[in-house]
Amino acid sequence: MLKNLNILRHQGKQFIPDISSAKLANTFRGRPVISSEEVDENELMELCPTNAISANPVCIDLGKCTFCGECAINFPKKIQFTNDYKIATNIRENLIVKAGNDELIQLNVETIRKEIQEYFSGSLKLRQVSAGGDNSCELELNACSNVNFDMGRFGIDFVASPRHADGIVITGPITENMSRPLQICYDAIPDPKIVILAGTDAISGGIFEGSPALNRSFLSKYKVDLYVPGNPIHPLTFINGVLALIQKRK
Amino acid sequence: MNYISVKNNQTISFNEIPELEYPLFLEQNVFTLLKNETAHCVSYYGIKLENCIKLICCIADDSENDIKISSCIVHVNEPLNSFAHHNLVFEKFEREIFENFGVNYTNHPWLKPVRFPADRFSKNTSIKDYPFFTIESEELHEVGVGPIHAGIIEPGHFRFICNGEQILHLETQFGYQHRGIEQLFLSKKKLLQRSTLAENISGDSVVAHSLAFVNLWESLCNVHPDQSLKFERILALELERMAIHTGDLSAMCTDIGYQLGSAVLGRLRTPLINFFQKWCGNRLAKGLIRVGKTNFPFTQELEVELAKILDDYEKDFEEISDELFSLPSALVRFEKTGVVSTELATKLGNTGMAARMSNIKRDIRYSHPHDWYCEFVHEPILKQNGDVYARARLRKKEINQSIAYIRQLIKTFPVREFELPPISTPSVNSFTISLVEGWRGEICHSAITNSNGELVHYKIKDPSFHNWLSLSIAVRNNEISDFPICNKSFSLSYCGHDL
Ligand code: SF4
Repeated sequence: MLKNLNILRHQGKQFIPDISSAKLANTFRGRPVISSEEVDENELMELCPTNAISANPVCIDLGKCTFCGECAINFPKKIQFTNDYKIATNIRENLIVKAGNDELIQLNVETIRKEIQEYFSGSLKLRQVSAGGDNSCELELNACSNVNFDMGRFGIDFVASPRHADGIVITGPITENMSRPLQICYDAIPDPKIVILAGTDAISGGIFEGSPALNRSFLSKYKVDLYVPGNPIHPLTFINGVLALIQKRK
Repeated sequence: MNYISVKNNQTISFNEIPELEYPLFLEQNVFTLLKNETAHCVSYYGIKLENCIKLICCIADDSENDIKISSCIVHVNEPLNSFAHHNLVFEKFEREIFENFGVNYTNHPWLKPVRFPADRFSKNTSIKDYPFFTIESEELHEVGVGPIHAGIIEPGHFRFICNGEQILHLETQFGYQHRGIEQLFLSKKKLLQRSTLAENISGDSVVAHSLAFVNLWESLCNVHPDQSLKFERILALELERMAIHTGDLSAMCTDIGYQLGSAVLGRLRTPLINFFQKWCGNRLAKGLIRVGKTNFPFTQELEVELAKILDDYEKDFEEISDELFSLPSALVRFEKTGVVSTELATKLGNTGMAARMSNIKRDIRYSHPHDWYCEFVHEPILKQNGDVYARARLRKKEINQSIAYIRQLIKTFPVREFELPPISTPSVNSFTISLVEGWRGEICHSAITNSNGELVHYKIKDPSFHNWLSLSIAVRNNEISDFPICNKSFSLSYCGHDL
């Protein structure tokens, strides 16, 4: 018993007190900033592994970006990644960062369904489904509930049964072989329910885009309530994104 | 003897691989080469040629530090004598060959689908039609779990046949995670796309799979990285081992309801992966390992920081380990649970931790060293009993070993000598095989190029491919309530298996 208390004492304080103002290492690649510097745009587009870069003006689609950093390393004056991890949004287009436009990525409050804050602002239970996820987003979603990030303090938890859930969090590019179980799980969640896509693979297919082993038709059937980019997502991106989604507004 | 002997990461001409008649091919690989206890099959697969299938068998011999490769041409409708009938090690490999090409094995013990890939031979069945083993009995009942499990983990289906609370039989079914990675290696032609694919094979083994890919690719292109690059990569590999082992020990504590251990070990992983974030911007080291270069050199500042992290980690890790491994309520759940004897582990061809837990000395760092491991003789840590306890202790000891290695790497970190020239195209008509000991076990990548130096075949083997069967065997006659802790203690990959 004494020993256990000692171990407890040795841990000190591990939780991040303010989840919305925590600072990440400068090397972390979050929201990019694109300058208006002239570059060979074709060369820039060509180097990206997932066609996340488009030209005229140069844009990066964070729904496709794997955050490999290669563009910023080759064109440091054109592209810089900041350590701003608040990059989740409810509007797909908001994930596209344009040259010369240094705005924060936010949710569009107008388009959030009314029932979300009404039902879920104090408590949100989520069912996670990995549909071809590589276990990196899964590790980070688990980390959301560890003693450091402690998402449970906001009333947000992952639950085992879809019957107990208010929404679904999908990771992975959605494989053909998971398409049916995903649908069954979604159907088992009582209404109203939300859909969250966690990670680049889920949002666009990522590096797996175009594989015949995928079946992403699920996404054309339902409205996505939150896009959380990252490869994998950072727990702070996820928690802040979800909090912004369910926040009580007057 | 009719094979070609290669070293880890050696590139040879594809034509140099001897082609044998099937009976000889079987005789050589199943009976002659594997008779030696230090030999094990690291990869066995088929390649579609015009009207036939070329089978390639790679047997690693730990005592001679080489890989013996031979091949054989077979036709789809030709009935074949199964390797697995004589040696179970080949069970999964042959099922894959059957599933991909429709090769007709007459005496395979259970010729069932492996993962229902998009390009499978027969599209008559899909993943929902998997033919599970059943027993007709009024006493027994079946329990189906998955594909979606209770926690945040990857999908796979477990079908138990139980006698009351006791597991008689477990069959695992995979494929839900199949993304078609091997095909994507061919269709996505940019080097950065392929590096990205390699680090997305299994997100908990980013460094290990990336390292297998870059070592293979650099060998194919005949470029030789300088010492500092080699050091960095191994440092990352050992750090990945530490981080994931720590997380798994935490999860094992969760499964036995030991809250303190779960919380402490869980938070001990955090500084390790945050260090990756500091180093390369990503907590799981994506972006860190690249062919012929690094975008994130290991600096002196990082050295100092990592040394401090290890010191802090070690103190708290030893404290909680002491407590965990002397706690009667933990030991009673760990000891003699989920046992795989040495004999069985050998029979199943287990690799990595799943071999070392049962006293089998199998570790690529020792038998087929590459990079920094060539500079000394790595001594694998072995456990005797093959139970959950052995798997937990193995992790603990391997963490200690990794700490010592990382300290050594930091102390002797070489100065950066030169930048590599830009990567050229791969050698033409070549074959390369690359082995890496990830935290889970032996990872094998192999590649074949055509007469233009283009990639025409890429094969990946994650250790989970071998080891899943071992879990099924381990849980036999255990209480079904012990399944979670057994499963976690193996911690096998679904996506690494499904590709
Ligand atoms: S960081 Fe994103 S946009 Fe830049 S090259 Fe990598 S994937 Fe493309």
